[in-house]
Amino acid sequence: MKGAQIFVECLKREGVEVIFGYPGGAVLPLCDVLYDSGIRFILTRHEQGAAHAADGFARSTGKVGVCLATSGPGATNLVTGIATAYMDSVPIVAITGQVATHLIGNDAFQEVDITGITRPITKHNYLIKEISEIPRVVREAFYIAKTGRPGPVLIDFPVDIQRKDGEFYWPEKVEIRSYRPVYEGHPLQIKKAWELIRNSKRPVLIAGGGVVISNASEELKKFVEKTGIPVAFTLLGLGSLDVEGDYSLGMPGMHGTKYANYAIVESDLIISVGCRFDDRVTGKIDEFAPNAKIIHIDIDPSAISKNVEVDIPIVGDAKNVLQKLNEIAEKLKIDEWIEKIKEWKRMYPLRYERNGLKPQYIIEKISEYTKGEAIICTEVGQNQMWTAQYYKFKKPRTLITSGGLGTMGFGFPAAIGAKVANPDKIVIDIAGDGSIQMNIQELATAVFNKISVKVFIINNCYLGMVRQWQQLFYNRRYAFTCLEGSQPDFVKLAESYGAIGYRVSTEEEFDKILPKVLEEKEKVVFVDCRVEKEENVFPMVPAGASLNQILDGIA
Amino acid sequence: MGKNNNENKIETHIISVTVENRFGVLARISGLFSARGYNIDSLCVAETDDPSVSRMTIVVKGDEKILEQIYKQLNKLIDVIKVQDLTKEDHIERELALIKVNTPSFTERQEVMQLTNIFRGKIVDVGKKTLTIEISGSGSKINAMLELLKGFGIKEIIRTGKIAISREFEKKGG
Repeated sequence: MKGAQIFVECLKREGVEVIFGYPGGAVLPLCDVLYDSGIRFILTRHEQGAAHAADGFARSTGKVGVCLATSGPGATNLVTGIATAYMDSVPIVAITGQVATHLIGNDAFQEVDITGITRPITKHNYLIKEISEIPRVVREAFYIAKTGRPGPVLIDFPVDIQRKDGEFYWPEKVEIRSYRPVYEGHPLQIKKAWELIRNSKRPVLIAGGGVVISNASEELKKFVEKTGIPVAFTLLGLGSLDVEGDYSLGMPGMHGTKYANYAIVESDLIISVGCRFDDRVTGKIDEFAPNAKIIHIDIDPSAISKNVEVDIPIVGDAKNVLQKLNEIAEKLKIDEWIEKIKEWKRMYPLRYERNGLKPQYIIEKISEYTKGEAIICTEVGQNQMWTAQYYKFKKPRTLITSGGLGTMGFGFPAAIGAKVANPDKIVIDIAGDGSIQMNIQELATAVFNKISVKVFIINNCYLGMVRQWQQLFYNRRYAFTCLEGSQPDFVKLAESYGAIGYRVSTEEEFDKILPKVLEEKEKVVFVDCRVEKEENVFPMVPAGASLNQILDGIA
Repeated sequence: MGKNNNENKIETHIISVTVENRFGVLARISGLFSARGYNIDSLCVAETDDPSVSRMTIVVKGDEKILEQIYKQLNKLIDVIKVQDLTKEDHIERELALIKVNTPSFTERQEVMQLTNIFRGKIVDVGKKTLTIEISGSGSKINAMLELLKGFGIKEIIRTGKIAISREFEKKGG
């Protein structure tokens, strides 16, 4: 068998059904084998799109997403996608072609040291040097990507080894002596944690992306029901439980709810499950939960005590640790605390003024219509924060958004990946007029492959989030953030690719087209939503301020 | 509640890291240090008795919090087999230096040879007007030697950086 055939056989054994990618000189042998391999190959229009699509595929299923690109520029175009996946712990395997082994290091045509470039943004990476390594490398790559704290793994595959003859074998087991992720929490730590929880008067649980990744929603639900502890959800933790539940505080942090932030500031115990205390969550770190002890459950030891000092660390899988906690958990006597939180929730609900077409309205309506059943992807910026605030997430893996890296242009290709993995679900990208243009070429991918994603462009003719900061902190000097007069006609643009385009600028118009858009089964739909231009995302904790210094735009 | 009030006491630590002996591992480790802004004082790498394993001795400065992160981040690398902070246990550390000293006259040559003897060094090369000395020991011993040799004029110097190994001590009882 040729190297390329061995490689593709390995992918099949790993259960790969779809690859998002783009061909090129250094992956010709691989593409030739993939052509009739039975693995679905989705040709994107840019390698970045392929990486994000693999990411969307992975986040929406929990399976490993796979993308492929050629050497040199193909490989570097994957970089943003790989970094995005790395920051949010998404299991993807990125396959890149490389120039022939005898040319490596010679500055050959389309040569780039992609293992060097991606070293800080992959969980691990490989350069295949011998044909005999292929099965071991592929097996390890998938294993590393999906176990422990998941993450992207890159395999760089020189074109001459793809063409060489070799033997196929399949290692039944993966043995990496230096890699043994810990899943079981330490029993003593769990016991200590429960002691703290039991004696707390004002506990808050923060559910992060780790709850979603480890499929721990059931366990979390049980824990919350048993104990009665209120829960805040980080951006990536949204959907781990029904955000409308009585226990729910919504999202904390920079654009979080006032009641989540107040609860954190006043709490005497923070129980963090699979959350790494990102600065967007904590605000000014020294004033984050000043009176609270902290229990931190995380599978990654390096996440513990990195940003905030932790009183009781528990290294382990969220699902596993919550199961153990549930065995001893019981109802807490925290009625006073719950009353206080109820009061905050009554006093400070999320709100906006209904005049003109408001982004918040659009998202609320989408939420009502889809009843939390759709998969919602977002770009980055205001569109993302409004989605996090106003869409009522109910289930895990229904919000797909670039949390850590904050990658504009992520949502649309990620939606394509998610729709490929979930053909029966409604998949929506809530976009901004800025970010949608960062990967708009993927319209061709979606239309040609009949991947019917629905894109709502929250079009305010601005790079809205940056403009908001300029308005609040830079004296309204809108440096380089105004897109007025430079925008394409999104309706015609969609139509020219073979998609359906709508434009709406009032609530009535929006209400009228919404069912049509969401019921469309075959075609890709773009909705250009002309919203109020200077609407801001509130509440807002300014960068570097503490969580109780919340700006509220509405008097 | 004791958050972030770590007393930023900067200390030097010797970290011994056993790693898979593969290409790119050194780059992974040095990349980790530079990306996260940790400073390396010195770094030594060589194969161990098992050719598939290399051992690195890294000398770093940092407070407790940074050291904890270094330890965890190193462990997170797939190719890292074991990380040990040798400063936390009884250990032996050594460094080797080669020093080329100006010795234009006979008396200077005599003096340098004497010093070398006292420090249990070796003369490893003799030029017309220079002597090259090999000396090993703790960092402070080498520093002391250098201080003494300064007066003669040091032409060139190379130090290996520290290597260290934990001390084997008799277990009580059993």
